[in-house]
Amino acid sequence: MDFSLLFSHFPELTITGLAYGAIYALIALGYTLVYGVLRLINFAHSEVFMYGAFAAVWVLMALGGGKASGLGIAGYLLIAFLSAMTVSALIALLLERVAYRPLRKRNSPPLIALISAIGASFALSEAMGLRDKPFKWFGQENAFQDYVGRPREASPFPLKIDVVRLFSIGNYQVSNIDLIVLGAAIVMMIVLDQFVNRSRLGRGIRAVAQDPEAAALMGVNRDRVIRLTFVLGGAMAGAAAVMYLLKVGQVRYNSGFLLGVKAFTAAVLGGIGNLRGALLGGFILGVAENYGQAVFGGEWRDVVAFTLLVVILLFRPTGLLGESLGKARA
Amino acid sequence: MNQVRSFLGGVADRFRALPRWAKIVFAVALTVFVYLLPIINPPFITTQDSDFGAVLFLCALYALVAIGLNIVIGYAGLLDLGYIGFFAIGAYTVGVLGSQHAKLPLLLCIPLAMVVTLISGVILGAPTLRVRGDYLAIVTLGFGEIVRLILVNADGLTNGSRGISSIPSPPSVELFSIPKLEWNGLVATLNLDNTSTAFKFSVTDSVPYYWLALTFVLIVLFLDWRMQNSRVGRAWEATREDEDAAELMGVPTFRFKLLAFATGAAIGGLSGALFATKQQFINPDNFTILYSVLFVAMVVVGGQGNRWGVIVAAALLTWAPEKFRFLADARFLLFGILLMVLAIFRPQGLIPPRRTVRAKHADEQAPDTIDAEGVARA
Repeated sequence: MDFSLLFSHFPELTITGLAYGAIYALIALGYTLVYGVLRLINFAHSEVFMYGAFAAVWVLMALGGGKASGLGIAGYLLIAFLSAMTVSALIALLLERVAYRPLRKRNSPPLIALISAIGASFALSEAMGLRDKPFKWFGQENAFQDYVGRPREASPFPLKIDVVRLFSIGNYQVSNIDLIVLGAAIVMMIVLDQFVNRSRLGRGIRAVAQDPEAAALMGVNRDRVIRLTFVLGGAMAGAAAVMYLLKVGQVRYNSGFLLGVKAFTAAVLGGIGNLRGALLGGFILGVAENYGQAVFGGEWRDVVAFTLLVVILLFRPTGLLGESLGKARA
Repeated sequence: MNQVRSFLGGVADRFRALPRWAKIVFAVALTVFVYLLPIINPPFITTQDSDFGAVLFLCALYALVAIGLNIVIGYAGLLDLGYIGFFAIGAYTVGVLGSQHAKLPLLLCIPLAMVVTLISGVILGAPTLRVRGDYLAIVTLGFGEIVRLILVNADGLTNGSRGISSIPSPPSVELFSIPKLEWNGLVATLNLDNTSTAFKFSVTDSVPYYWLALTFVLIVLFLDWRMQNSRVGRAWEATREDEDAAELMGVPTFRFKLLAFATGAAIGGLSGALFATKQQFINPDNFTILYSVLFVAMVVVGGQGNRWGVIVAAALLTWAPEKFRFLADARFLLFGILLMVLAIFRPQGLIPPRRTVRAKHADEQAPDTIDAEGVARA
């Protein structure tokens, strides 16, 4: 226990914490959306994130993003966002189709749905970890080496962005990466919030979350709304994947797991099913983790998040803002 | 599928109809056969690429794990995704007390490991069993990961990622040697050079460890049977089916859930202790979250609540990747797909408990007499 580090680096810990928190919050939105509509913990959401990250890495590798400079970087970054969001949304759709819809048709109890979700999560992550196998079966060991070689190792993000210190808050020099991550996250969140609150489709989501049967009677197509929530959650996870790559610089086949549990913690912290709650929870978790790391040491960072999860569930299982997509006019 | 099910059901019914002495003879014969499996070395079942005794030890060990987890998931209906945490605590209790910080004999370490895991089960369960079922799954998942992170980081206690070595073996009592059978096609010969000595626990021969683990399986199985057929077992079942109704009927559901959780934890700790003494070396990599999913897969595949089902599933899921080596790399992928497919097409598992089958049957026969509120129609 050493509090001196916490006080001397307070601004730095807060700002990098907010940047990580933005990533957690974007992933947490996916958990919260699906939970709000289906009352289901989409355990495989972490793999949706992981596939988005790989999509961004591979697309940039294919387009030669490593050599970009100047304004080109902004273009490549945009491409990375688009490809990650598209792939993540598609994976989320696939997940809904394969792992959840058959269960919904059978009215399975929630624990069975969770087991299916866990199965899907491990299948997806292991499939990424074994991606060299199909090439080996067909005797193409050397094909696409850069992409599928060493599937258990980390794949680095090809886009190299020089860290530029822009201005200082307290004794911390805020970098361009912090600003990109925070700015992009805030834009995403505002867009999603406005979409759910203002648009016709968003009203459908809120209606189904509030009362699925009444919504169906009023002419809301429930299946379409559910697909839409998976797509929205997937796209947010894809955006989070690119921010994660900017911040961490690499992704592995099992990167999703830890981040997924943390994002779920964030969703529960804010009140699962509540969009603004997920944002609040994400930022609080990111900052708390950084403070905890400063006090207890870096190796205990992940323990802080898990302990926080247990503590919240004990004392306020409905989260800070209460859990409801429909009622809280999230 | 239906034919297989009615065939299995027919076999089970016929077995139940046998006179008591015949059942006992059959059970004894089966037990002896299972004990002698590594000696008989049956063709088609034995594993060519890895030591058959070691594979059988793992099968028995995971059967023990599955029985313990079955109490938590199958009887009490609590989805525990952090079972590997208890397994790890059991293993590390033996490691820390038997080798790293003290030199206690193993026979003392094993009960201590069970006590420590029992306590940790109560510590984890007491606050978390009040939360909803799907939250509990995530909390236990977090617990399993916290245990691993603590094992890695608490260097002074656990020696960090370097692990603990020279964990004590059980005391050897050499009684007699048994030569193993060797098969050439379907002709068996006794190989007098390849023997297993009864109760000589050494690195080179896994068979005595298999016997030890199997003995623990039988003991735990007996206790499990007595417990399920008692007031405790009925309380678990009532809690699982409808917690509110059970509470109203006067079942202290929280206390029984905690009992199931702690009992399961203690059995997990026992299996971890056996694992540690067999491996003699443990490090945090032995206890990753993947194994929790493997354990849940065993219980779900076998049929939640059916002890025979989960034992068969545990043995099968352990043996298959060893027998068919090409499965070994992809095993977690296959387990994931298996979980998904079963959840969709057969959520009650391959061999569901008889009561589940009966309840489903009753539902199918009289679906119209009960309306949505569960009130009989006039």
